[in-house]
Formats: sequence, structure tokens, C-alpha cells
Amino acid sequence: MQINRKFLGHLYMVLFLVYLLVPLAVMSGAAFNASKLPTVIPWKGFTDQWFIALYNDTRIWVAVRNTVLVAIAVVIIAVPVGAAGAILVNSISGRVRAILYGMMVAPILVPGVVIGISTLLFWHQFSVGSGLHLSVLGQVSYIASFVMLLVLARLQSFDQGLEEAALDLGASHGQVMRRILLPHLYPALGAGAAISFFQSIENFNVTLFTRGGADTLTVYVFSKVRSGITPTINALALLLIMVTLVLAVIYEINRRRKARIEAAREAEGRRAEDAELIAS
Amino acid sequence: MNDLLRRYGKGLTWTFIGLTFFWLIILVVLPDFKLLESSFRPYLPVKEIGGPKDVYTFNNYLQIFGNQVDFNFFGLHFPLAARIKVFVLTIFYSGVVTLITFIMAYPLSFYLAKVVSPKSLPTLFLLLFVPLWVSEVLRSFAWYIILTLKGPLNVFLMTIGVISEEIRWIDGYSPVVVTLVYAYVLFMLFPLYNAMQSLDSNQIEAADDLGAPWWRIHWRVILPHCKPGIASGAVMVFMLSAGSLLVPAIINSTTGNWFTQTIQGIMLEGQDWNAGAAFAFMLLLFCTIAVSVAMRVFRVSLSDIAK
Repeated sequence: MQINRKFLGHLYMVLFLVYLLVPLAVMSGAAFNASKLPTVIPWKGFTDQWFIALYNDTRIWVAVRNTVLVAIAVVIIAVPVGAAGAILVNSISGRVRAILYGMMVAPILVPGVVIGISTLLFWHQFSVGSGLHLSVLGQVSYIASFVMLLVLARLQSFDQGLEEAALDLGASHGQVMRRILLPHLYPALGAGAAISFFQSIENFNVTLFTRGGADTLTVYVFSKVRSGITPTINALALLLIMVTLVLAVIYEINRRRKARIEAAREAEGRRAEDAELIAS
Repeated sequence: MNDLLRRYGKGLTWTFIGLTFFWLIILVVLPDFKLLESSFRPYLPVKEIGGPKDVYTFNNYLQIFGNQVDFNFFGLHFPLAARIKVFVLTIFYSGVVTLITFIMAYPLSFYLAKVVSPKSLPTLFLLLFVPLWVSEVLRSFAWYIILTLKGPLNVFLMTIGVISEEIRWIDGYSPVVVTLVYAYVLFMLFPLYNAMQSLDSNQIEAADDLGAPWWRIHWRVILPHCKPGIASGAVMVFMLSAGSLLVPAIINSTTGNWFTQTIQGIMLEGQDWNAGAAFAFMLLLFCTIAVSVAMRVFRVSLSDIAK
């Protein structure tokens, strides 16, 4: 019975992974089909023409460049803003803290459509026209929340006594910040930057309403799907999936190596302990 | 506050306050006020803006009542405004998506938290993360390909003889629901897993030793413990689904319109920004109410959901 249930669990896990991966495989497969429509069936023969078409599609590369630029801008603004918010919330307590915290978390739950439209209308009254700069501001408004949550979590493990000690020993406020607080926050800031970058690339709703005439990758793919699709999109998808896979494999190899080193160190520690016991 | 001043001095403290102010006031609060304000203004030609006709009105909100259509809700027929119908159906199907993702994610999170050996966990999580890293637009596109009339699903089903002629999958709301489930199931899985993982396995064993059948262990021990995780996952999935524009727009089922598509139509095709603001504000209002209700029902705070 026990074994049976365990087997069912493994089976479900495998089925779930298949469910997650098959659509991606179908989409990638269509990139090599000579059919003019993006599909795997009927198979009209192997071709690399969609990759060549992708390479020659200048609009797509402009969109890729725009996406990356927007993402970089979002990271540059969202990380300091979110970190500042976290430090501020962490230093106060009571009702004000609850309200401030609520205001900082709420943007995550606000639909992107609302953020996009409100950003557009707000800046429009100051004659700031739509464009990718507005997309950046709209995206920062909710992406900073993720950074705030990460930094706040990290601040919980921060020993404020270190800052007191530094101040007592004559460090300036700037030094306390640079040499003590920031180094402690680096992991959270790094994770925040990564999440901001990723979220920005993924963003569609905010960008659609604020972009003006400019394309980002998501918007471009969207307009392509609506206005007569060719398998160029599939070729692009395959490339992006490959990049993801390569990064994932690198990460996994790295993790395993670290785990091995950790295990070896632990084993050595145990041996040393045993040796000590014997010696005494 | 004083603590901040003492530790970081005036300059840095004001920088923190300034950055937070920029974020919360300039980027969040004021735009939302502007949204509300614009939603009461009429749609006028540029020349007449600020003129005598530019007065506050409820007309934008009243637009939702226009254009009566027949609404068929589980066999009950009654007339309903087209846009209200879309709004109601969007919420209903977002709830369906949330329920399906929960049913799919619950066994898996239990498996990950309590059954599988911890050694293989990182690898499994990596495999689960790969589809999440692939852009949402492409994941929706993948389902569009699968579900098209001449697509692989129909061909597969016809080959194995389940159906004799092609089924029009992209019709009504089901393709949108299927794709939303695929897009957001992992947002249910991770909070559920986190909650379940914090449950002491001894509690399960104790219940087992005392003779509880497996379903009662889940109902009385595991589910109550997972409540914050369920709340977090459900709110995330529901909000993402109700606010999704990309998935319904890519699937593009003409009989399965999402409320966000209505807003997009008014804003970008109709270019009526004021009516768009009114509709966006209705969506915002609904989301606020939905989250508050969920927090009450599950008795969790915002910080539980944000985790």
C-alpha cells in the first residue's frame, strides 16, 4: 500500500513535468517545419528557413534591444527604491508601519492593465507622451515591491549591534552604510535585481498601454500572433528555451559541485572529530 | 525614525524617504487618483477640453450598462448588458482557473514536501522552473498552436480514434481557462509547497497511528496547516487570471472575451481614455474587494499573501 502510493506520487510528478514540457516541445518543433503556419502537423519537411527569416527580421531585433534597455532601466530604479522602502519600513513600527507596508505590497496585486492606464494618464497631464520611458516607470511601481520584500526579509537577520559598534568606533554614516549594511544586503539586492530584470522582460500589460509606438519582445510577439503568424516566432521561442536550458544546466552543475564540496568538507570534519576523540 | 537618523545621518535618511516617496506617491498613489479623476470626465475633442462641456459625469461608468444581450448561466436565461456579462464571466472563470490549479498543485506539493527524497528536490524544482522562465507570451502561443483546428491535438485524437472529425477547441472560454491554468499553476504550487513543508511530519504519522484514514489526515491535519499557503496561491492565481490580457488576447477566442480585453478595446481601439479609466477603476475596485474578502475568509494578513 505504502509503496503503491509512493509510486503514484512519482507517476504524478512525471506526468506533471510532461504536461509542463510538451507544449514547449510542440512549439519548438514547429520552428523546423516547412509549413507556412506554425504547426507540427502536417509535417512538410525539415527547414531552417524560419531561423534565417528571424535573423533578417530587423523589427524583432529592435524589440529585443528595447526589452533589454527597459529591463536595465527598471533594475537601476527599482532596486534602490525597493531597498530604501524596506529600510524605512524596517525602522518604524505600529500603525504607520502597517499602512506603509500595505501600500508597498499592494502594487503586486494590482492588475497590470490598471497600472498601465493610470501611469499613462498621470504623465499625460504633464505633457509627457507615451513611450518606453513610461513603461519603465509603470513597471517600477510594482517591481519595486518584489525588491522591498526580498530586502525586508534579509534585514530580519541583520544585527544592528554591528552598526552601533561601528558608530562607536568613529565610523561615519556613509561608512556604516557602505561597509556594514550594504554588504549584508548584497544577496537580497542581487536576487532583487535578477527578479526585476526577469519581471520587466515578462511584462506585457503595463507596456502595452504605455509604450507609444515602440515594441518590446512580448508586445511584438503579441502583435505578430494577431496579424498573420509565421513560424519565425517559433524559431525565436526555441532560441529562448535553449538559453533557459543552458542556464539551468549550468546552474545545476554548479549546485552539484558545491554540494559535493560541502559533503567532502563535512566528512573531513567528522574524521577530524573522530581522530580527536581517539587521541583523547 | 530617530533610530534611522542616528545610524545613517540626515543625508541618507532623507534619501531613503525621498526614494520611498517617489515610489509610493509619484508612481503609485497619484496615478491612481488621476485614474479616478479621469474616469469622471467626458470624452471630448481636444479643442473642447477645459471648455464648458468638460464637467464631471457618471457617463463613463454608465457605459457598462449598454447593449443588452442574452445571458445563459447554466440554463438560466436572462438579459444582461454585454460588458457586465464579460465582467461576470471573467470573474467566474478566474475562479475556475484558481480551483483547477489548486486541484493540480495540491498532490504535487504534498509529494514534493513529504514523499520525495530531499536530495532530488533541487533538480525537480529546476525542472519545474524551466517553463516558468519561458516567457508567458510564448507559453500562451504554444497552447494556441496545440488547440488550433488543424493542430496537433485534433490530429492526435483523430489518429487514436477518439473523435471522428476536428473539434473547434478555440471557442468560448475553455481554451482561455486551459491556457491560464498552464500559465499560472506554478504560482499555486510554490506557496502550497512552502506551507506544507513547514508541517511537522510527526503530526501526519501521529494521525496515521491513531487510525485516521488518509483522506481525513489531509482534511483535518494538512489542509488546515496549509491555509496561509492556499490563500497566498489562490489570491495570486486569481489576480493574475482576472488581470491577464496576454493569454486571452493570444488565444483570441471571439466568444471568450475577457474584461481586460474590453478595457484594451476602449483604450487603444476606441481611444476613449476616460471610459478606459472608468473600466480600469472598476477592475481595481473589484480586485481590492476580492483580496479583502479572501483575507477575511482565510484569516490571513497581507504579509502572509506577499510571502
